[in-house]
Amino acid sequence: MSLEKNTEAVGWTRDQMAERAALDIPDGSYVNLGIGIPEKVARYVPQGREFIYHTENGLLGMGPTPEEGKEDPDLINAGKKPVTALAGAAYFHHADSFAMIRGQHIDVCVLGAMQVAQNGDLANWSTGAPDAIPAVGGAMDLVAGVKTIFVITQHTTKDGIAKLIEQCSYPLTGQGVVSRVYTDLCVIEVTSKGFELVELAPNVEFDTVQDRTGAKLLDPRNLAEKS
Amino acid sequence: MINKFSTTAADVVADIFDGATVMIGGFGEAGSPIELIHALIDHGAKNLTVVNNNTGSGHVGLAALIANGQVGKMICSFPRTANSTVFPDLYRAGKIELELVPQGTLAERIRAGGAGIPAFFTATSVGTPLADGKEHRNFDDRDYVMERSLTADFALIKAKEADRYGNLTYSKTARNFAPIMAMAAKTTIVQTSYCVEAGDIDPETVATPGIFVDRIIHVENPLQESTLNAQGRTYP
Repeated sequence: MSLEKNTEAVGWTRDQMAERAALDIPDGSYVNLGIGIPEKVARYVPQGREFIYHTENGLLGMGPTPEEGKEDPDLINAGKKPVTALAGAAYFHHADSFAMIRGQHIDVCVLGAMQVAQNGDLANWSTGAPDAIPAVGGAMDLVAGVKTIFVITQHTTKDGIAKLIEQCSYPLTGQGVVSRVYTDLCVIEVTSKGFELVELAPNVEFDTVQDRTGAKLLDPRNLAEKS
Repeated sequence: MINKFSTTAADVVADIFDGATVMIGGFGEAGSPIELIHALIDHGAKNLTVVNNNTGSGHVGLAALIANGQVGKMICSFPRTANSTVFPDLYRAGKIELELVPQGTLAERIRAGGAGIPAFFTATSVGTPLADGKEHRNFDDRDYVMERSLTADFALIKAKEADRYGNLTYSKTARNFAPIMAMAAKTTIVQTSYCVEAGDIDPETVATPGIFVDRIIHVENPLQESTLNAQGRTYP
């Protein structure tokens, strides 16, 4: 599952997306992982680094899923799945937990997305459909309070519709909050000038990524040539 | 002599009145005071406003309270949970009101309520539909939205240990909203797995000081929502 060995496939798998995102998290970071692909980041801590995982329901020092039969209904993550507490862990109540988030003590948060706009706006809680039951959880607190917000998402929807776009059409989770986006095709930095390519996944062409992106994608290689 | 221990769940919820605001601890099933909720179902108070992060699952505990027609309004952050159909069905039918609050704002509104702070400003939800119609202010070049605090007539919470003064400890992530709800309610009602002597809980490890607690019942082996749901149980 190493990034280097995958020379045949086009693009990254979900695990490789998580592995790539983990590479950008500095040693010693306090990290909050969203539900879904972001949870996989915990499997790919780069060698020599230590991350401390925060789960907003009241635990710092969250460890992996327990062995079967060792689950404790009192020890769960924000996705309400059984987890473990590592040596050095701490429990605390919800207001303290969100003080860690809202008070800018958590360094990195990795979240999923429905849409990301070129100015860093994020929509990941509601499609705004009238019959949907609205549910927000801690997403708005995380994007408002955590220092660095990474998004992991497929580059387009299952129907091929762009998720990285000029302006979000869904209700926002936060304004101008996303730093980087890790997709199956590439890594993109959100800059003051818009989306800028950082890295292409194996066997993916720039033009393919641009075709599947609903906003202008800046290629730093061209920028360098022109200047 | 101060003694907050009571003998029956029916006694401790008996004065919960129609139209009361009730905070119920728990994040999903962790910390859900299921025996106290079932006592409230037996008691029958109606038109309650319930504050909880979720809306329960299956047909026991909070979901059963809602299914029993006792809840007029939910204040929560995430009303959809796996195996949660009671609230979504009633909401779509227009039979229950929802106030959706970001989870951290919910926690801080409860904390502020317990601390006598009527309102506060937060960056959470600025630029989103959940900030619509709320007062905004700019501090140090950042926009913030004003949120009002939350208090309640009653709180129902689950502890691990309690002494007769109401000093409490909790179990792992089952702590979640319980300590702040205990602060924000006029009357805080606790179910605890262990009743201990005063002094048995090291003062350094008391998570909720007894001043925030009014009544305690002993539930030695509390039911778990997931176990009951796996068995297909319903309440009442």
